[in-house]
Amino acid sequence: MLTAARSERDAAEALRVEDVPAGDGWTGVIETGEILRIVDLVGNQAVDTLLFDAADYGNRYSAPDTLREQASCYLGPGSRLVALDGAPLMTIVADTCGRHDTLGGACSQESNVVRYGEHTRHMHACRNTFLRQALGWGRGLSKRDLSANINFFMNVPLTPDGGLEFADGISAAGRHVELRADRDTLVLISNCPQLNNPCNGFDPTPIRLMVWPSG
Amino acid sequence: MAGSGEGEPILDAVLPAGAGWSHVCRRGSALTLIDPQGGASVAALLYRAGEPLERYCMPDTLKAQHVSRLTAGVALYSDMGRVLASIVSDTCGWHDTITGHLTTPLLEARWGAVSYQEARNEWRCSARELLLVELAKHGLDQRDLVANINFFSKVAVGEDGELSFVVDHSPPGSSVKIRFELDSLVVLASAPHPLDPAAQFAPRPVRLLLEAVPAAGERDPVRTACPENERGFAESEAALC
Repeated sequence: MLTAARSERDAAEALRVEDVPAGDGWTGVIETGEILRIVDLVGNQAVDTLLFDAADYGNRYSAPDTLREQASCYLGPGSRLVALDGAPLMTIVADTCGRHDTLGGACSQESNVVRYGEHTRHMHACRNTFLRQALGWGRGLSKRDLSANINFFMNVPLTPDGGLEFADGISAAGRHVELRADRDTLVLISNCPQLNNPCNGFDPTPIRLMVWPSG
Repeated sequence: MAGSGEGEPILDAVLPAGAGWSHVCRRGSALTLIDPQGGASVAALLYRAGEPLERYCMPDTLKAQHVSRLTAGVALYSDMGRVLASIVSDTCGWHDTITGHLTTPLLEARWGAVSYQEARNEWRCSARELLLVELAKHGLDQRDLVANINFFSKVAVGEDGELSFVVDHSPPGSSVKIRFELDSLVVLASAPHPLDPAAQFAPRPVRLLLEAVPAAGERDPVRTACPENERGFAESEAALC
C-alpha cells in the first residue's frame, strides 16, 4: 500500500469550512486548482462521493477507468480520479487514511433489501441522498447520472481468489483526504447513513469539508 | 428473428471481431457466448428492456454476492435490487467487471489509428465507440454508460490490490451462458480488453447463440447460491406481476 501523506494546510486560510451532519449530503463545485479536504471527524465514516466535469455532467467519474489506469483496486495517495474521457477530474494529494473503496458502491433501499432483507426497505440510504442532492442542484442531474462512486474511508478488501468483503474501517477520528481539482468539478456527497454493516462502525457521524484556494 | 421450431435456437450468429451488437433478450431465453479462436474479450452492458434507467450495476452485483469476479452461479444485478440475468454455465472461471473497456484514445495510443480507406472493414473501432453507437440506437448515451462486464477476460487481483491482466485466459471454444430473468437490452462490443498487451491489434469474433430455456426453478443453483440471491430473484419475479 502507498504511504499515507499528511497535509500541513492552515485551517485559517480555508475559503470554506462546512460540517455535514450524519446521514446528510452536500453538493458543490470545486474549481480548478482548489483543494477539498474531507475530514472523518469521529472515525470510520464512509463518505460516498460522485464527481462530474462541471462543464459536462455526462463526463463523470469512472471507477473502472480510474482503477485500470492506476493498476490497483484501491484508491489512496496519488490516485487520479479519472473521468470517462480518460483524464483526471481530481487527484488525491494528501491522505492520512491510506485506502479508500470505489467498488462497493452506494447503499440504496433496493440493495439493502437484497443484502439484509425486507425489514430494511425503508431505512435511509445513500442513493436517496444522492437523488435529493441531484434534485436540489437541478440542471438536469438525475438518476441517470448515478454510477459507481467513491467511498472515502471505507475498507472493501478484494482477495486473489475473486472474493470481496465489507471489512471494519481502517479510518479513525480526525483522518482526512485531500482532493485537488484538476478541472472545475461538481462534487456530490452522501455522508452514509447505513446502519446494517461496519462501513460506519454501525454509528453514522458527521464529517467536515474544507476548501482551500488554488495555489 | 431466426428459428421458430422446437429446439431450434432463436438466434445463432457470429459477431465479427471489432463489432457492436444490441438485442432485447427475453426472460425465458439464454445467450451463450462462444470464443471460437480463443483470446476474445466481449464488453457487455445490460439494461432492463423498456426501462433503461434500470441497468446492470457492478457494485450491487459484487457486494450482494461477496465476489470481485463473475462466473457460473453469479447473478447479474440491476441497480434496483433485481436480478436481470444469471451466469448458468462458464468454462472460463473468471470474467472481469472492474476495469472498463477500450476507449478510442487507448486504442490509438497502443495500436495506432488506421484510415477507413486503407483498412476498409478492418477499420479499428474501440469498445467505447461501439457501445455508444449501439446505445444511441435505443435513445441512450454516455450518461447510460456504466461499469461493464468483460466476458472472457481475467484481471487478477494481488494481495495488495494490484491489478494484472491474465494473457491466454480464454482458450479456443470457451463459452459462457447467460440466462435472462427479466427482459433485458444486451449491448456487446467484441473489442480487445484495454489491458491486453498484444503487440498487434487483434480483436476476435464471438458466436452468439440465443435459445429458449426454462425459468429458474425453486432449487436453481444461482437462486440458492446465497440468501441475497433468493431475495434478488423474488424482487425480479415480483416485477413480472
